[in-house]
Amino acid sequence: MVKIKTVNLNLFYGSFKALSNINLDVKKNQITAFIGSSGCGKTSLLRCLNRMNDFIRGVKIEGEVLIDGKEIYKNVVDLTNLRRRIGMVFQRPNPFPLSIYDNVIYGPKVHGINHQENLMEITKKALSSVFLWRELKNKLNDSALDLSGEQQQRLCIARLLAVHAEVLLMDEPCSTLDPIATAKIEELIMELKKKYTIVIVSHNMQQAARVSDYTGFFLLGEMVEFGKTEKIFTAPKDKRTEDYITGKFG
Amino acid sequence: MKNHQEKIIEKSILIVAFSTVFILFLITLFIFKEGLPFILNNGLTRLFFSTNWSPSDGSYGIIPMLIGSLSITFGALILGVPLGVACAIYLAEFSSKTLRNILKPMIELLAGIPSVVYGFIGMIFLAPVIRSYFGGPGLSILTASIVLGIMILPTIISISLDALLMLPRSYKEGSMALGATQWQTVTGVLLPAARSGILAGVILGMGRAIGETMAVIMVTGNSVKVPSSFIDSTRTLTANIALEMGYAIGEHRQALFATAIILFVFIIILNILAMKIIKKRRI
Repeated sequence: MVKIKTVNLNLFYGSFKALSNINLDVKKNQITAFIGSSGCGKTSLLRCLNRMNDFIRGVKIEGEVLIDGKEIYKNVVDLTNLRRRIGMVFQRPNPFPLSIYDNVIYGPKVHGINHQENLMEITKKALSSVFLWRELKNKLNDSALDLSGEQQQRLCIARLLAVHAEVLLMDEPCSTLDPIATAKIEELIMELKKKYTIVIVSHNMQQAARVSDYTGFFLLGEMVEFGKTEKIFTAPKDKRTEDYITGKFG
Repeated sequence: MKNHQEKIIEKSILIVAFSTVFILFLITLFIFKEGLPFILNNGLTRLFFSTNWSPSDGSYGIIPMLIGSLSITFGALILGVPLGVACAIYLAEFSSKTLRNILKPMIELLAGIPSVVYGFIGMIFLAPVIRSYFGGPGLSILTASIVLGIMILPTIISISLDALLMLPRSYKEGSMALGATQWQTVTGVLLPAARSGILAGVILGMGRAIGETMAVIMVTGNSVKVPSSFIDSTRTLTANIALEMGYAIGEHRQALFATAIILFVFIIILNILAMKIIKKRRI
């Protein structure tokens, strides 16, 4: 089942065309990876999917993005609700400078849940889903900034689960983590796939090969090839994909 | 030869740099030399346990002035903090960059206007308005609070604004990506994150309010009595020193310097507090 679909999507930063004619289907409960060298537009595309590009001056978007069949640019869209459903994990873990508990309940509170008992229940569930509950249940009032990088990134994912996100957009979520922490986060991503649709941007090809079901290869704002991950990595159709994967450039 | 010249320049700059610190040291020494004997001879009780300031009878109770100083400072903060912080929030989060670049220097310019001008405006325009709406003499705690509240705005705004602008973009993005509105982001994440910087701005503004003299002399009425309401006239510690030092001799003069010591210590404590808070903030 298709969760997110883009139709002839173009994106301009001023006069610079950063994405051209992207046609993409992201399948539900699957992990889709975007790979390509930096500046190829993969992060720009990711940020189109929850309209985070709205905050950047001079961005122009043409074409369509459909979530569950509904266009999110042309129709009048409740952005608050859109961003709740389509959550985002950033490159650098960005917990708020608040307590661990306040970080998790920030989202639910923003969306109008104020009941203390419910909030505790939500916190427990969200932190359990990212396997942090046992470590942190007695430290909920400590500052989130004192956690390790890996724990911070897990907490950032937990924040999204607390508002019942449906899609998790991950922008190189492991790029600031060491290999062991990376492996643990990857494990978590695979686990989360059961309940969530995940789109992950990575310039680490091995990571894309390890975790994803589908892969899109981007070059200079174009999606050169898209398909099942094992196909892309074993039998790419396009010469440019093959060159990138075999390490000839990038 | 060249090297020699460099050395002379280096040394003379060093002297200039140290001379400013040295002057500060001399001021401190002078105030303490003049004021300390009074405190040592009488203890602090004579200053603090009397509401009567009447140098000709030998009573030096600074309580009326202390109440005057504190109530005006408090009033200035009630007005200045919400206004200043709101203004900083607007400039940091809601205004366009162009507008911010126009408004920020103008706000900083406010700090450069001589305090006598503020006092003059307070005396000519504000005092009559307050007299006719609230009664009383017009020159009052309320008038002074409003004037001082405006005078401390530049301090509070620029320090709070810097604190807000220094926050990493990722805080805002993280919050917006969770579906929070801009206002929810400001109150839920940005203000708590910048709170130490904002608090430092408030403390420095408070220091400015306590130390202000000229504007205060012009708008408080300067009567030496414990004020009974916010439309009563009052006198501050600083105004007391400025008004009486010209003719004070002997014990009277010493008592004024003792008042200066108390103010000095108070301001130093506030500044150290502000510096500690600024240093402690984490990003």
